[in-house]
Amino acid sequence: MGRLLQFEIFRYNPEDKDSAPHMQTFVLEETTNMTLFIALNRLREEQDPGLIFDFCCRAGICGACAMVINGRPGLACQTKTKDLPETITLMPLPVFKLIGDLSVDTGIWFREMYQKTESWIHTTKEFDPAKEEERMDNAVAEEIYELERCIECGCCISACGTARLRDDFMGAAALNRIARFVIDPRDQRTDNQYFDIIGNDYGIFGCMGLLACEDVCPKKLPLQNQLGFLRRKMGITAIKQFIRK
Amino acid sequence: MQTYYSDLLVIGAGLAGERVAVESALAGFNVICLSIVPARRSHSSAAQGGMQAALGNCAMGEGDNVDVHFMDTVKGSDWGCDQEVARLFADAAPIEMRRLAHWGVPWNRVVPGTSSYFKGGEKFEKFEKPEKEGLITARSFGGTAKWRTCYTSDGTGHAVMCTMDNKCAELGISVLDRKEAISLIHDGQQCMGAIVRCLRTGKLETYLAKATAICTGGFGRIYKATTNAVICDGGGHVIAQDTGVVPIGNPEAIQFHPTGIVPTDILVTEGCRGDGGTLLDVNEERFMHIYEPEKAELASRDVVSRRMTEHMRAGKGVQSAYGEHLWLDIRHLGDKHISTKLREVDEICQNFLGVDARTQLIPVRPTQHYTMAGVRTDKNGAAYGLKGLFSAGEAACWDMHGFNRLGGNSLAETVVAGGIIGVKIVEFLKGTETSFNTGVINAEAKRQQERIDNLISGRLGRENVYKVRAEMQEALMQGCFVFRNEKDLGTCVEVLQGLLERSARIGLVSKGLGANHEVAAALKIQGQVRLAMCIAQAALVRRESRGSHNREDFPARDDKNWLNRTLAYWPEGRTMPELKYEEATPHFEIPPGERGYGGGKIIHADQKEIEAKTITKSK
Ligand SMILES: Cc1cc2nc3c(=O)[nH]c(=O)nc-3n(C[C@H](O)[C@H](O)[C@H](O)COP(=O)(O)OP(=O)(O)OC[C@H]3O[C@@H](n4cnc5c(N)ncnc54)[C@H](O)[C@@H]3O)c2cc1C
Ligand code: SF4
Ligand code: SF4
Ligand code: FES
Repeated sequence: MGRLLQFEIFRYNPEDKDSAPHMQTFVLEETTNMTLFIALNRLREEQDPGLIFDFCCRAGICGACAMVINGRPGLACQTKTKDLPETITLMPLPVFKLIGDLSVDTGIWFREMYQKTESWIHTTKEFDPAKEEERMDNAVAEEIYELERCIECGCCISACGTARLRDDFMGAAALNRIARFVIDPRDQRTDNQYFDIIGNDYGIFGCMGLLACEDVCPKKLPLQNQLGFLRRKMGITAIKQFIRK
Repeated sequence: MQTYYSDLLVIGAGLAGERVAVESALAGFNVICLSIVPARRSHSSAAQGGMQAALGNCAMGEGDNVDVHFMDTVKGSDWGCDQEVARLFADAAPIEMRRLAHWGVPWNRVVPGTSSYFKGGEKFEKFEKPEKEGLITARSFGGTAKWRTCYTSDGTGHAVMCTMDNKCAELGISVLDRKEAISLIHDGQQCMGAIVRCLRTGKLETYLAKATAICTGGFGRIYKATTNAVICDGGGHVIAQDTGVVPIGNPEAIQFHPTGIVPTDILVTEGCRGDGGTLLDVNEERFMHIYEPEKAELASRDVVSRRMTEHMRAGKGVQSAYGEHLWLDIRHLGDKHISTKLREVDEICQNFLGVDARTQLIPVRPTQHYTMAGVRTDKNGAAYGLKGLFSAGEAACWDMHGFNRLGGNSLAETVVAGGIIGVKIVEFLKGTETSFNTGVINAEAKRQQERIDNLISGRLGRENVYKVRAEMQEALMQGCFVFRNEKDLGTCVEVLQGLLERSARIGLVSKGLGANHEVAAALKIQGQVRLAMCIAQAALVRRESRGSHNREDFPARDDKNWLNRTLAYWPEGRTMPELKYEEATPHFEIPPGERGYGGGKIIHADQKEIEAKTITKSK
């Protein structure tokens, strides 16, 4: 027989008048190769069909299932119960709006982020279907992809001290997004234009550089390097703007 | 109840849905796109391998062109596809890949010089020409004559999905997540939009539009073992078929992928074999070349899945607590290759199996993967049966895949079809004005609210939705998997008939308030059981083997009787689908012949009829 796992799960359904925030205990027998995806689905199907949580790909590639697992933000689908103690505490990610129990609204947060960072290629070139594609160095393409691997799980945001203090802070995922366009030769934005977006306390100068974001990123994105890169670049841009004034 | 209006309502914000939306938005129309999850979590982003387009830039793709791509696609389909559609697709694919490059996809590019690659476990060398430097490169995939699969590392779907979603943001398209369409609003002639359940609050909303497009992806989740995301549950097919007038095309055409990992059925990409990975049996010996001397591991998916099953049946499978499996070996590809080009595979092996693919073998077996079945449309993407209803992507049976789709042809289909059908929707929007019948709208909204109320009150019964669902999934695994036969299919249909009755008597265990999942599951279970019945019944009736549809008792491909497409209707009040048939293709550019892999006998069609339908079209 496997271990008897004790799950302490945050419960609150804002759409239910009778519901108040509290922790609820569930017990489940561990099976081989059990992940939190398997465990939570069993809890919902066998014990409490009202339990609210999100999964989509169940393979660590979509970012839907981020939650705070024993105090640390991570992806539930790729967390194996055998790597956890018998008592497992699950909380929703902070910073994002709560939908119910373990589910939070990352969708709206990230949509707003696309608008703030203008998360698309800015170019005056028109696409010509009759022409061969514009060439690109493979190393550059790989470098861009490296930063585009973010799955918008929100772990970095919820682990970030600044983001918890001020809800207008853009967060590491947004700054990483900007970095992705900065290194893309197809994007014609200038440093000054990027500075207008992130050269402030909501952006790069609000970051305290405490590394929490990179520590929890399940895709191991090089967030610190990118934050450093942008800070230097934006610092120089600030000085240039200052001199010009 | 909140009501929203738009010119175009797109149900589904994966690659197909967003590509359709972009086309309409570029033409100045107002578009709303709905999705169960934030758009980028759509299953499109899970595709690792890549997308096919005959660019012919890389050394091993030299001499490739749209005709060769067309031919591979038709052979892949086992002559089940609409050749007119396959032609539209192959011709447009290169342009669409370049457009994606322009919009921001970081495609891998040609690096000049000599490099090595693997095929069937052996090392070879190739030389990339300096004059091609920086053009979009390609990798090898099963069933293709040339290296034609464009990719970004092994995150192609993710990269393309990001770019497409960025494009939607740039164009200001309303992409609304946590919205699930639960029925279409229609009067039997015309589609007017959909009733949608908000997955934040649980409340119903009405979306009215001149045109509606179903782009909800596949329905693998009606099987127990599938590579699909948990949201790939057929919601779009269910609401289309529920109208009684829109048919599901080729429901029996379900694809099984050779390399789902055991036990979780997460996919490791065909790129593993494309890049030179091999399949091994219990003795750690290769076997695919014995069955398929020519293509070996790189035959099409239906063939590899079948051969693997045969090999396991011959006692060469590896026994495990989760049943039999085989091994996938990519050890020889080396650390650099695995940690860059196959990084997702590497991560999946580490995270879900605790296996290091550099030194250890990966346990794999065939798993449900793709639905060639779908909402039947014409070549313009217009659904049969209702004016103003369209469909694109995996949700649709546009039918360039016939009975088996090639790896890399689906992701490419989403954007190519999305583009082509998007243009047709723009033409439709320009040429149509609509008036909405409030009687029809209100009746539908009321009907849906009643369904939810009945589930909550348990007025119709107390059946447990999760139990019914599990039994349905199991029934399909038993009767409608890689191999099929009369007896098992008969049992499957019988079991499903019982489940259909039970699915009408679901009552909730929970209160059903807010973002409740039990309600979502309960609302679609009856439709899912119907889909399952369509698969089983169509498979039972089709007495031949074609592509992914393998009848042990009828192993020959029977062009004489079955060179056609199944259309499964479900008129109201029925307990069985109504099956009709139509010609597979309006004409042949390539008359039915041997695929060159997979073996099998062919019962030939009447030669005169074939000749009369054959046209020549070369580029
Ligand atoms: C693991 C895996 C790997 C793959 N790799 C490849 C590959 O390398 N190459 C290749 O060519 N193909 C690949 N495929 C296949 C390919 O990825 C899919 O066929 C394709 O992405 C489907 O795209 P789509 O836009 O049609 O649907 P999806 O991307 O599945 O999007 C469906 C959308 O519909 C929404 N939706 C669903 N139901 C409803 C509803 N009722 N109401 C509102 N919204 C709804 C969802 O939220 C989602 O936004 C792979 C598939 C899998 C499973
Ligand atoms: S380094 Fe910056 S962005 Fe990252 S957690 Fe710290 S404050 Fe937040
Ligand atoms: S940067 Fe990492 S932690 Fe942050 S949202 Fe993206 S994937 Fe998640
Ligand atoms: S469910 Fe997709 S990352 Fe966990």
